[in-house]
Amino acid sequence: MRKSMVVVEGSYAVAHAVKVCKPHVISAYPITPQTHIVEDLSQFAADGEMNCEYMNVESEFSAISALIGASAAGARTYTSTTSQGLALMHEALFNASGMRLPIVMTVVNRALSAPINIWNDQQDSISQRDTGWIQLYAEDVQESADMTPQLFKLSEDPDVLLPSMACMDGFILSHVYEPVILLEQGLTDEFLPTYSPEFMLDTKNPMSFGAFADPSTYTEFRYKQEKAMGEALRKIEEIANEFKDIYGRYYGGLIDGYALDDAEIVIMAMGSVIGTIKDTIDELRHDGESVGLLKVRSFRPFPADAIRAALKNAKVIVTLDKNISVGKNEGALCTEVKACLHNTDTRVPVIGFMLGHGGRDIPMSMIKKIINKAKLVEKGIFVESEFADLREDLA
Amino acid sequence: MKEIRIHGRGGQGSVTAAELLAVAAFEDGKYSQAFPAFGVERRGAPVTAFVRLNDKPIRLRSQIYEPDYVIVQDATLVDVVNVAAGAKPEGFILINTEKSPSSFILNTKAPVKTLDATKLAMDIIGKPIVNTILAGAFAGVSGLINPESIKNAVMERFPGKVGEKNAAAIQAAYDLMEEQR
Repeated sequence: MRKSMVVVEGSYAVAHAVKVCKPHVISAYPITPQTHIVEDLSQFAADGEMNCEYMNVESEFSAISALIGASAAGARTYTSTTSQGLALMHEALFNASGMRLPIVMTVVNRALSAPINIWNDQQDSISQRDTGWIQLYAEDVQESADMTPQLFKLSEDPDVLLPSMACMDGFILSHVYEPVILLEQGLTDEFLPTYSPEFMLDTKNPMSFGAFADPSTYTEFRYKQEKAMGEALRKIEEIANEFKDIYGRYYGGLIDGYALDDAEIVIMAMGSVIGTIKDTIDELRHDGESVGLLKVRSFRPFPADAIRAALKNAKVIVTLDKNISVGKNEGALCTEVKACLHNTDTRVPVIGFMLGHGGRDIPMSMIKKIINKAKLVEKGIFVESEFADLREDLA
Repeated sequence: MKEIRIHGRGGQGSVTAAELLAVAAFEDGKYSQAFPAFGVERRGAPVTAFVRLNDKPIRLRSQIYEPDYVIVQDATLVDVVNVAAGAKPEGFILINTEKSPSSFILNTKAPVKTLDATKLAMDIIGKPIVNTILAGAFAGVSGLINPESIKNAVMERFPGKVGEKNAAAIQAAYDLMEEQR
């Protein structure tokens, strides 16, 4: 495996993965820290390495709007953005999903203004939770790259037909140099079939997309979106296994456990903090502590059944969130996990920690501090949810 | 696992130095990771970059607080940034300066090593670009990375004359500093 690895920047690995997926149309607007991905892609297009229409546009709203048109015309489409750019796309994200267009987007996760901050957290994609897009979160560069063909395959599946976001933590994954296997063209051709949509804009067979639905039919459009998410839930696992068969790599489908089966304290998290948690768990396990990890890879669709099954032996559940619903004093993962356990017998305490906002670093000592707080739960000492890494001098 | 922290100023190529060390170490058979401290890039402002080297794949994503080694590309940073913060006594702090190690009073047990990388850069490359030279010097003092691997990484990244001059400078720095291992 080492033999086929190269040390490249995370953004390059993702751009390369996009290239071998052979999209017909890419439209994007550069924004930190997504910039290197679209620079690399526009270079590939300019050098003739991709047979692709690369559209420079004047805003993210135009980027997604252009792709909605291109996708409806039957093209395989890709974009990437972050933070304010994703927020600017918000209105059109609902259109892309409602029109059942399999657009794939890499979200390079970054904090939202104000105050302006270019660093990593996951407020941007979490804030698009209800737009009807599939959302997967990557742990490392290889997974960020590998998600690209996985998501094209998933989104374009006739039973799914929903757009999707591959979420990778800004700078932490987009700007790191580490060994990766650049996706092979041959294997990708084998894994990812050509996109041949059943419905598309075609002058010989005219139809309209997203035109108008009055109260007599609108509800059923929403119902069918939800049903498609249910299909995606099943297919994410299936596609992760097909990917494993062809490329030999697997990151879990919907979720993935680490030292989980006998763990009394289970930490749940999404994204690049997973690696730091794994190293921390190794140390704590060495000291005889019963701590495990449940990585949530798919946030939409939310894998409630898989999570319930994975948590059945847990005594305390800890959620980590790089986002906050201001006014709820909780991150989204915390809220979702609590909700999915409510009508079950697994009614153990769920305590939420918000951390890593606006690029605040998450060292192993922070994970240990959180686990020590989780241990106090047995004594009945716990808060529902709190910021784990507040600076007391500023708070 | 070995951890390296690089201090420099915007425009001095600290991130490139980190990248070159990661590429070279991987060629040597180690796993590696290099990343910047994600500042807002401005020419002249203090910047930090990090490198991790390990025998197995690296999962840890936090910044580096207790580095085994510190590389300082610009000695004026010593007055501005606590370059010695957390430095392990078994390692070293490598500073680009014409001064001797004893002229630096740092709050650390880690030994200071010095090299006039700027002079070497002017003599061999013809420009005051010190990042590749300090990568070579680091390999010399630490013995952790094969200088050939760093030269290969530089030639790959900067093919032609530029790469060749840098490769010569890397070898010169390595030879000078190997004695201080």
